[in-house]
Amino acid sequence: MTTALLAVLIVAGSRNLAHFDAALVGYTFATLFATFGITYRYAMWLERPPTRMYWRRGWQFFLSPRELPRNLVTATKRAVVEFAGNRFIFRRGVLRGLTHWLIMWGCLVAAAITFPLVWGWIHFETVPGDIESYRTFVFGVAGGEFPVDSFMAFVIFHGLVWASFLVIAGVMLAFRRRMIDHGAAAVQQFGEDILPLILLLAISVTGLMLTVSYTWMKGYAYSFLAILHALTVIFTLLWLPFGKLFHVFQRPAQLGVSFYKEAAARGEQAHCRRCDAPYAGAVMVRDLVTVERELGFRYELEGRAEHYQQICPRCRRAMFGLAQASLWTGHTASSED
Amino acid sequence: MSVPRQLEFFVDPSRCIGCQSCVQACSECDTHKGESMIHLEYVDRGQSVQTVPMVCMHCEQPTCAEVCPADAIKRTGDGVVQSARKPRCIACGNCVMACPFGVPELYIDRQIMMKCDMCYDRTSVGKKPMCATVCPSQALFFGTRAEIDALRPQSTPTNRFRFGSQTITTRVNVMVPRSKSPPLMLDVTAAMDERPENRNVRLNVVGNSPSTIEPMLDPFAEVEV
Repeated sequence: MTTALLAVLIVAGSRNLAHFDAALVGYTFATLFATFGITYRYAMWLERPPTRMYWRRGWQFFLSPRELPRNLVTATKRAVVEFAGNRFIFRRGVLRGLTHWLIMWGCLVAAAITFPLVWGWIHFETVPGDIESYRTFVFGVAGGEFPVDSFMAFVIFHGLVWASFLVIAGVMLAFRRRMIDHGAAAVQQFGEDILPLILLLAISVTGLMLTVSYTWMKGYAYSFLAILHALTVIFTLLWLPFGKLFHVFQRPAQLGVSFYKEAAARGEQAHCRRCDAPYAGAVMVRDLVTVERELGFRYELEGRAEHYQQICPRCRRAMFGLAQASLWTGHTASSED
Repeated sequence: MSVPRQLEFFVDPSRCIGCQSCVQACSECDTHKGESMIHLEYVDRGQSVQTVPMVCMHCEQPTCAEVCPADAIKRTGDGVVQSARKPRCIACGNCVMACPFGVPELYIDRQIMMKCDMCYDRTSVGKKPMCATVCPSQALFFGTRAEIDALRPQSTPTNRFRFGSQTITTRVNVMVPRSKSPPLMLDVTAAMDERPENRNVRLNVVGNSPSTIEPMLDPFAEVEV
């Protein structure tokens, strides 16, 4: 459905393909496939019991009429500080934050320029009677004009160059970390951690080579470079739903979770059935019990607690030690099943 | 890289002396630099010096991973349950609440869950985890089954645990008494009402015969250790 919707928007936005650039048709089909793949994976992800539960709860608490105005303000603030500014990643390390920030903004700028152009949503025309000026059309509707030789034109028409600078710097920092950090090296996987960096680097470098070719080398090997660049972009788009970059679509769930957790913290608290200390929001404990049952876990108890989730993590650790010690002191905490 | 199959982790909480060496060493691990992932738990500090060094038990069917809404926790082929994948973890804390052993820790400021990963940077190249390297009482031991059999003739490892109606099998073993019929699994929830035993410390005051000594409270019970 989302793929069909995008296809309709492409046709509508390019005015029945009148402004569609046929040379970019490969990119178009790759984006259509990526849209299908991402939507399908997202739908499958939401099918998982814990994801479904958190998704529902996140929206429920966010849209709660009494809290909605405050939630909107909070969501905007967090979107800017946490997502746009990557504050939580900077807290893991300045270089790590910088790495992610550079890659993220490089990709976002590139996507914001490329996709509307590929889909024919934006195009430029010379202003009639003034060949020194360009006019921007968005969805076929005329927008602003600007002189061809202006600084603004230079910035706009080299937008992908600036984006590639950001991505290349970020990817270099990421590679540096993956080469010298023993911890990262121990758990990294080629497909999950290295391949995305290689793809982003390949897109950026081949894209820059196109600019170099037509700016300083009189278009030398331009056709070959155009195909090479297209291949790197199309491969990345096709791979998008399956690899690490899918987190771009998954990550906003962090916002929903924060509203759920805050609402749970304001509400009734669950008290440990063993030590009576509060340890979590009661609604979160109840939801987790539901999720565990849906997943087939059987943590049901008899006695002072009906479910193991009603015992706080600290008591779980203490009980583990007591159970083992009791075997040595003659008490029975064993089972022969 | 993966942890060699013949190398196993053996935990014996009853040998723990609460020295905190494991806690300090753990924070030196490269996969979670500066943060200690071990919980050194005082069972009932007012009553006993009993401590429990709690490392991740690396469950075969990890509850933490199953309940993770972001699908961020993965178990590698060698049976090690890794910390949450950073791009995916949304810091919901489900894993912290769900873990039957109370292991994962949530770092809200960084929006990430971290947990013991058996010092994967070390164990995946055949080295011991930091905690097992420094544990003076060998409550935390990493080696082969033959080594532990030779070292602990009175103990035998088990890796099955019961929590109510749920049985959990883990990659990490716990030492239990060796007997003709060793327990097949450790029933953790059976210890719900267990309390650590007081130490029987008695002061032999000159002039008092044993029969006249009144039962005394442990004089060190309130001492911070």
